[in-house]
Amino acid sequence: MKLKGAQILMKMLQAEGVDTIFGYPGGAVLDIYDALMDTDFRHILVRHEQGAVHAADGYARASGKVGVCLVTSGPGATNTVTGIASAYLDSIPVVIFTGQVPTHLIGNDAFQEVDIVGITRPCTKHNYLVKDVRNLAKTIKEAFHLARSGRPGPVLIDLPKDVVNATATFKAPGEVRMRTYNPTYKPNIRQLQKTIDLIGKAKKPVIFSGGGIVLSKAHEELTRFARKAQIPVTSSLMGLGGFPGTDDLWLGMLGMHGTFRANMAVTECDLLIGIGVRFDDRVTGKTDEFAPNAKVVQIDIDPTSIQKNVPVSVPVVGDCRTSLSMLNDLLEKIDQEGTDEKREPWLKQIHEWKSTTPLAYKQTDTIKPQYVIEMLYEITGGEAIITTEVGQNQMWAAQYYHFTEPGHFITSGGLGVMGFGLPAAIGAQVGAPGKIVVDVAGDGSIQMNIQELATAVQYGLPVKVAILNNGFLGMVRQWQELFYQRRYSSTRFEHAPDFVKLAEAYGATGLRATKPEEVKKVLKKGLETKGPVIMDFVVAQEESVYPMVPAGAPIKKMLLV
Amino acid sequence: MEEQRHLLSILVDNEPGVLSRITGLFSGRGYNIDSLSVAETVEPNVSRVTMVTHGSPGIIEQIKKQLNKLINVIKVTDLTGMHYVLREMALIKVNAKSEHRAEILRITDIFRGQIVDVGIEHFTVKVTGEPEKIGAVLNLLKPMGIREIARTGCVALPRENGTSNKNA
Ligand SMILES: Cc1ncc(C[n+]2csc(CCOP(=O)(O)OP(=O)(O)O)c2C)c(N)n1
Repeated sequence: MKLKGAQILMKMLQAEGVDTIFGYPGGAVLDIYDALMDTDFRHILVRHEQGAVHAADGYARASGKVGVCLVTSGPGATNTVTGIASAYLDSIPVVIFTGQVPTHLIGNDAFQEVDIVGITRPCTKHNYLVKDVRNLAKTIKEAFHLARSGRPGPVLIDLPKDVVNATATFKAPGEVRMRTYNPTYKPNIRQLQKTIDLIGKAKKPVIFSGGGIVLSKAHEELTRFARKAQIPVTSSLMGLGGFPGTDDLWLGMLGMHGTFRANMAVTECDLLIGIGVRFDDRVTGKTDEFAPNAKVVQIDIDPTSIQKNVPVSVPVVGDCRTSLSMLNDLLEKIDQEGTDEKREPWLKQIHEWKSTTPLAYKQTDTIKPQYVIEMLYEITGGEAIITTEVGQNQMWAAQYYHFTEPGHFITSGGLGVMGFGLPAAIGAQVGAPGKIVVDVAGDGSIQMNIQELATAVQYGLPVKVAILNNGFLGMVRQWQELFYQRRYSSTRFEHAPDFVKLAEAYGATGLRATKPEEVKKVLKKGLETKGPVIMDFVVAQEESVYPMVPAGAPIKKMLLV
Repeated sequence: MEEQRHLLSILVDNEPGVLSRITGLFSGRGYNIDSLSVAETVEPNVSRVTMVTHGSPGIIEQIKKQLNKLINVIKVTDLTGMHYVLREMALIKVNAKSEHRAEILRITDIFRGQIVDVGIEHFTVKVTGEPEKIGAVLNLLKPMGIREIARTGCVALPRENGTSNKNA
């Protein structure tokens, strides 16, 4: 069968099970958009290409499928870079198709030509420039395979205009076989046995779980493992939802804005089992004093993550879910009698930390942002998908909303992109149509991709935005307050839009709360309202996120409320 | 921790952009490249990159893992500590006034080099060997005045089992 490149692309997307494409057209992709007219794909026309990638990211996390973007050459392509870098640092499977000038013009500084493959080389898992239509099908197949297997990540395919216009005989490519790429899913059993032996000897073990648990959907295996061995669990920001936030063994998040008990437990533990985590600096603080008394086990599918930041006694290369289910099998074989008594002093200590120094804030007659999240949690019963912007809003969402399942907390963890939350919420809503999706936002971040509200309205995607409006770039202000003698350099907004009117201008609903007693009412009304809603919560201006570990300090040195 | 020199032999897909992925990895992550040489192998779609790098043991471990993680990298072999043959070639353009010409020829001879270009006032000397040997020649030629040098960077292959002594 002879097909045009653009049609081959459509065939391959169908074969990969794609149902939705987030994109934005332009000259270099006219042929692809034309071919799209003859297919059943749902194309979501975003309002900015950055939004397309964040939406595909949110879609991927909510649905567990690969997110797909399609943009034009030049500025269309460069606009995707922030989104790609974010997906890369969070290991999210996204495939990005960029248009490119015709091959004979490549290298000529042609109109709307950029070397997007060169630009995105360090922030994609892999990328391709397709120069011959005969390689197109195979390249697409490989790209999807790379995006979703091993440690997932974004893969970009650059498509010159003449390549999508050329015809070739289409034959569905067979299984992907790459001699250079073969991720290890099944871990070495001896390393697992060593882990089990260490657990047997440990008096104060802690599990530290991360995004790898969420990505491999290892939550059930993790929960079984932790309960069976009676080991308390903390997690990175990316790991939230990988272990029930309501469980007795749950310590809360670890690190810079981690809970007192999590940071203390890791500081005092004698065994730390890291699963699907990269021991990022926001978690470890000063690495020399991170878990100083512990033997460290680290399980990860990406060997480069292991021992990158902290010394590891037992490295385990493997998929989180496979590894945990094998660990569970090994645990089954051991008599667990006496485990409860053995753990009792440790769990008692943790409980004490929790009761003496819980997460806390002071209620006043202005709305406290933490209270908004607490109420959001209560009203949604912990069932909503929460996306976040970046800054204090993100940390409060992480602290006060308790996640019980993967795919429910969607945040730009590694890159920390302001403007992520709204397009990610749109993508998540497409990927999980029945769910309540709420973007917890700051008044700064929301203005970075507010244009996507038009997308939500156009496609009837009922995302809700809860702005914690403090009139500041709050997180930066907090650092200035604590470490720069309250010299608020360029963090105060001296002018802000009226978010209620702005919502209305976009054809969405706008609501506002200015007093604590209005919070519940506005949340309830906002969540019940059909279609997209912006809820503007006018909150205390100079509230800070606590606990806080100053950058580079040991994690036990926390500033508390 | 103490810095170590390592000699890596890296088999990669022979495709456009692959070298840039490797050098980009090094510059982006702040790793060092002391020397680098690349050429096709017997399999035309595979190239061999020979690289000398240095760093703490932790960094060297990361370098090898990160290289392996690149999709176009087929195999990374750390030759350090193995039995291997290592060679580099240098072309050295040196001032050759009449009073120095005999001395330069003698030095070239001792190191089994060759004069590959001759002028009224210069010689171009070619030497092949391990980097230390090339360093020695350069030292000896320095007093005459070296005009230009071009070095290939190291190439290396592991020895087959049981042949000859270590690293000669
Ligand atoms: C694109 C981008 N630019 C700058 C920053 C640096 N930054 C981190 S948090 C923050 C303040 C965010 O303010 P806001 O969205 O109002 O949220 P708040 O912290 O007040 O909740 C800034 C500027 C960033 N993370 N991303």
